Amino acid sequence: MMKPELIYTTYIRTTPEKLWNAITNPEFTRQYWGGNENVSDWKPGSKWVHVAGDEQRAVRVIGNVVESVPPKRLVLTWADPAAEADVSRVTFQIESVDDEVRLDVIHGNFNPGSDMVNKVSGGWPRVLSSLKSFLETGKALNSASCAEKHAAQEAVV
Amino acid sequence: MEIDDDKVFKALADASRRQLLDRLHRKGGLTLGELCEKHDMSRQAVSKHLVLLEAANLVITVKRGREKLHYLNAVPINDIYMRWIGKFEQKQVQALFNLKEALKEHSHDEA
Repeated sequence: MMKPELIYTTYIRTTPEKLWNAITNPEFTRQYWGGNENVSDWKPGSKWVHVAGDEQRAVRVIGNVVESVPPKRLVLTWADPAAEADVSRVTFQIESVDDEVRLDVIHGNFNPGSDMVNKVSGGWPRVLSSLKSFLETGKALNSASCAEKHAAQEAVV
Repeated sequence: MEIDDDKVFKALADASRRQLLDRLHRKGGLTLGELCEKHDMSRQAVSKHLVLLEAANLVITVKRGREKLHYLNAVPINDIYMRWIGKFEQKQVQALFNLKEALKEHSHDEA
């Protein structure tokens, strides 16, 4: 096993199926993942994109589906569309533990010298906290899209 | 396995454990032996602290061969942060933090 660079775990009061859906269904990801959608048919070898859920549809992340075993394990390659050669790998592992579901996210296989590790290391805890809140309470924590945040900021100032 | 906030706060309420988290924040994937280096604590004490940190889900371990690698998991800390800091307050809190850091640096310059 390669030494993973980033690894995160959260325990969520939900079912593995609901958690799988929350990660792979764009209707759900948009609600807790900064307004972005994860779009793919989630078959091994298929492409997947992480794309803004607004009218501009800006593509944030692109990659391939490496492994897909619903509702247990999803392995994706991960790259910035502006630097496609700089590919890393994200693994989602879902496992029932007592009356909760444990989600492990492992982001690794970074290219030497890649700054992707710095770009995503602060983001994953935010996304996972928001996902937990979304599944447990139906309300995400940081669901606002960039545009909404901007509008809110202007309203405050 | 229920991870409650009490466990997280108790695990954080100890300077040695916070130091271990600082080490893992700087560099993930350390073994028990590596974590004991540069520490005046015994191996047993470090190991006990790690058990508590793992029970609070602040540390995750990955087995690699015979080694056990330790990683910081910031998700429970983020859960606590999100509980009291709404999405529209983040900018203001960050601004105050930046101001405090800038003032600290400024006073170092003068000293």
